[in-house]
Amino acid sequence: MIIIGERINGMFKDIGAAIRAHDPKPLQEWAVKQKEGGAHYLDVNTGPNSEDQTVDLPWMINIVKEVSDLPLAIDTTNYDAMEAALKAYGKPGALINSIGCEQEKIDRVFPMAAKYGADVVCLCINKVGIPKSAEDRVAMAMEFVANAEAYGLQPDNLFIDPIILPVNVAQEHGVEALETIRQIKMISNPPPKTTVGLSNISQKSPHRPIINRTFAIMAMTAGLDSAICDANDENLVDAIATARLILNQDIYCDSYAKVFRQR
Amino acid sequence: MATNMLKEKYTGKINTVTIGATKEQGGTRANTVTVGGDATMPFLQFEGDMPLKAVVAVEIQDIKPAWHPELHKIFDSVMGDPVAWAKKAVESGADLVYLKLAGAHPDNGNKSPEDCAKVVKAVLAAVSVPLIVIGCGDDEKDNAVLPVVAEAAAGENLLIGLAKQDNFKSVAAAAMVHKHKVLAQSPLDINICKQTNILISELGLAPENIIIDPSTAALGYGIEYTYSILERGRLGALGGDKMLSMPVICQVGYEAWRAKEAVATEEDFPNWGNQTERAILWEAMTAAGLAQGGAHIMVLRHPEAVALFKKNIDALMVNPAI
Repeated sequence: MIIIGERINGMFKDIGAAIRAHDPKPLQEWAVKQKEGGAHYLDVNTGPNSEDQTVDLPWMINIVKEVSDLPLAIDTTNYDAMEAALKAYGKPGALINSIGCEQEKIDRVFPMAAKYGADVVCLCINKVGIPKSAEDRVAMAMEFVANAEAYGLQPDNLFIDPIILPVNVAQEHGVEALETIRQIKMISNPPPKTTVGLSNISQKSPHRPIINRTFAIMAMTAGLDSAICDANDENLVDAIATARLILNQDIYCDSYAKVFRQR
Repeated sequence: MATNMLKEKYTGKINTVTIGATKEQGGTRANTVTVGGDATMPFLQFEGDMPLKAVVAVEIQDIKPAWHPELHKIFDSVMGDPVAWAKKAVESGADLVYLKLAGAHPDNGNKSPEDCAKVVKAVLAAVSVPLIVIGCGDDEKDNAVLPVVAEAAAGENLLIGLAKQDNFKSVAAAAMVHKHKVLAQSPLDINICKQTNILISELGLAPENIIIDPSTAALGYGIEYTYSILERGRLGALGGDKMLSMPVICQVGYEAWRAKEAVATEEDFPNWGNQTERAILWEAMTAAGLAQGGAHIMVLRHPEAVALFKKNIDALMVNPAI
């Protein structure tokens, strides 16, 4: 289970202020702290208040790169900023986060992924919106996979996100998202990877940690490969490490929870 | 029509570990021995790298043991003289000499740590291959002996042990200070194997300095358990589990030579054929089976088993034409 640490995002006050002032310290502190927590990737997002993402995002990438060797998930739908950030990242292995299932976005982003050796988060959402049924979501996943092939990407270069909606407003979506994950893991060989924005499941609920944790484990059972989440939620990371054991993905040892964080 | 081979993609590989040090490296060995580096399941060379072949360590002891009569036929004249025995081991084709300090055991002469260190120094002076040094098996005594041996042989890059889950600190610390490799043994248990590696690493010795002994069972006596552990450990390592990425050593001779197939006489079992050939084959076949499981260092006893195993491994290292 790949944990993509969500904390370097301008939506958080400290990061937002740091971006405006181009102050590297909070970004670098969170880069280190999230790795210690168990993050395998670091998400980097300017948030909504950046005046010019093509400047701010590459700056953030360079700042984070100084202190962390973790691969970065570059989080923007401004694809000029994305390309500038990929250039700043300067090596293969980044994660483009993200695109929806629209042909013009695919045509813009997949060639970029191939050129820079990056993987892509693909959202099961299109101009019409988020489909409810697993079937319709899987149809989008298949569109992504077919396009990947055309652009010289492998299916497992894609991190397909079924789109998670809050359980307190769209309760019927959760089970469809789980089924989507299950089916995505069967559509090709190798199958695409799967991912979710974990904390969406618990938006506006007073019980966020337990809802996040429970959903993470249910989704892992369905075949979830990664999640953008709070890498410093100790109970969440412990639960993920434990689920990996029970799913026979890691070999048990008494220090397994600690070892999981060192990977 | 060309066959399209299905290949697994792996993210991890087995660590590459070198034992011994030449003069330039601060030791006195004529050559070093390097094992590991595998990036695929054993002998699937079409799928990934398997750069190095399995090697043989020939076992000797500092005192005269009561071994199988066939082994006494070969070694009796040198048993009790570790220097002469070590030379004979090298003549037998040993890539490394595996020296067990059995005489340090309180029930076996209770040799002092300093006397043990002298034996190790003498063997180092007598042969030029890298050396594996193992304590007597009594934890308390080994904790006294192994640090003294490690210090006396500083720079030689020994493989020294045993480190176990409940007794690893003194040998691992000594190896760290005097720059040796550690042999970590676990009792046919992958979970304890991994945990022991973690404990040693947490002490500050990098995982690249560990070789693991998963415990060996002879052919016909549970070799499949060892095989399962080798396979599971390898899959873990290839999947990126750094705490299972160590090369593996198997104590083949000790197990094979006490198997009934080695011990039973022709008188008692006339249909089993010549006992000498049978016993040698039992050792060689056990090693061959464990090599298939991906073990890297075989600790053997009989020179003919050494030769048979080496012939087998040479044949296996030829890349299949796929």
